[in-house]
Amino acid sequence: MSAILNDETKKVLTAPLVNDNPITLQVLGICSALAVTSQMSTSLIMALALTLVTAFSSAAISAIRNHIPSSIRIIVQMTIIASLVIVVDQILKAFAYDVSKQLSVFVGLIITNCIVMGRAEGYAMKNPPLESFMDGIGNGLGYSLILIIVAFFRETLGSGKLLGIEVFKLTKDGGWYDPNGLMLLPPSAFFIIGLIIWAVRQWKPGQAEKVEFKIMSIAHGEGGHH
Amino acid sequence: MPNNKKSCEHMEKLCTALNNNAYYQKFDAYKNKVLALGNDSLEKTIAIAVALCLVCAVLVSFAAVALKPLQIDNKAADMKKNILDVAGLLEEGADINAAFSEKIEAKIVDLETGDYVENVDADEFDQRKAAKDPAQSVAIPKDKDIAHIRVKAKYAKVFLVKEAGVTKSIILPMHGYGLWSTLYGFLSLDADGQTVQSINFYDQAETPGLGGEVVNPNWRALWKGKKVYAETDQPSLEKGLITEADIGEPALSLIKGVVDNTKPGSQYQVDGLAGATLTSTGVTNLVRYWMSNEGFAPYLKKVRTVKEVKS
Repeated sequence: MSAILNDETKKVLTAPLVNDNPITLQVLGICSALAVTSQMSTSLIMALALTLVTAFSSAAISAIRNHIPSSIRIIVQMTIIASLVIVVDQILKAFAYDVSKQLSVFVGLIITNCIVMGRAEGYAMKNPPLESFMDGIGNGLGYSLILIIVAFFRETLGSGKLLGIEVFKLTKDGGWYDPNGLMLLPPSAFFIIGLIIWAVRQWKPGQAEKVEFKIMSIAHGEGGHH
Repeated sequence: MPNNKKSCEHMEKLCTALNNNAYYQKFDAYKNKVLALGNDSLEKTIAIAVALCLVCAVLVSFAAVALKPLQIDNKAADMKKNILDVAGLLEEGADINAAFSEKIEAKIVDLETGDYVENVDADEFDQRKAAKDPAQSVAIPKDKDIAHIRVKAKYAKVFLVKEAGVTKSIILPMHGYGLWSTLYGFLSLDADGQTVQSINFYDQAETPGLGGEVVNPNWRALWKGKKVYAETDQPSLEKGLITEADIGEPALSLIKGVVDNTKPGSQYQVDGLAGATLTSTGVTNLVRYWMSNEGFAPYLKKVRTVKEVKS
């Protein structure tokens, strides 16, 4: 194993989990993170699908990277990604029909997920296939981690369940928990992701962006006059 | 030449055959020539694009064709599950195919006459396919096409739930246009062909969270006990019966806001979907269309069993 997991591989595999997380640091792939996280089961399937697509598309693109004409570079990447996504969609329809119905268009939308494209363009075009594959897995896992955290809060607080199993007894079934309807709606994922980003940046202040401009204080004059 | 020597050891014959094949030699020579070209040359750009498309097309078609049988089975099972669900017979963990064949009987109905059609195999008949086949469908006149579906199949597939030979519920397929999509669903009626048991949409692509709430179990539960057709002032009610003469036009509709159950007429009203006016209108229209003379009214007239009314 140690031969496979050299330093570079280790780095690409673990860095995207926290230090270089595609959602919290790069703020990519937000759209599907909002859409599919109202339940843990759909989030897990989505995370798995995206991880596999990112890994295999990065590996495939990396394998032919020296022969990709630069004028059709993006289209070549998109063709490979789109083909893999269609295959994943077909597999889900065959083996996990209910989940694929719930995920509906979002599986297809992996094609446009910025993470996949970003890794292809940003990493796989310059690095060998194995590292690119690991980089895809790593970024997929970073995305998965956030999805799972968001889905955990949304499903427990929104429907009192986790993976469909009851954790809080709802008031309508004679229990004590009154579910928070907002948690079932996409905006709640925005709040949770925002809170995660805030927490991570408190923990690792280096992740915060540099302030681009300062708000001038009126007390010191200058800004107050027009 | 196939440069991978290891794989050639195992398939020596194939390799030699391939190596001696004139077309393969030409292909191999061309491949080497193209790969040696500069990445930005026109020829290489086109060759790479064509090769990539071929490989991806083969991959995608292989997946689609190889997995098709499984997907068809899934779809069929899902349809049965939806029918059991609308009939209120869906049990968690039970074998869907067994429950379906045991409890539910499929019948083909001629929409125009309302009679059963016996010479069509109900298992084989696909109403959605039939609607697309000009020989099996009719165009709907514009002024009657309130569900915006343009054509309908001449025959429809209905499902009956029977207990000890007595019909318990009649399950009717319906479809119509909402906001973004055609909604496909089932309406399950009591044997009186008038009282709603349940509604269920199995195929729709309305806005998730708004129009998509047509699949919400809480909303669907509001339909139970609602009446489809306007009942006249009920002259025969004194006799304790609703007769055929009392059944009028389809009256069921979705209203804005919440239905006040104390008001007269509330038996024909269901809460509209909040924030989804167009989907709600679409649902009203498709229910009314399929319950009208264009749809199942002639059939319901024939199969309806007149029911005693509690006084």
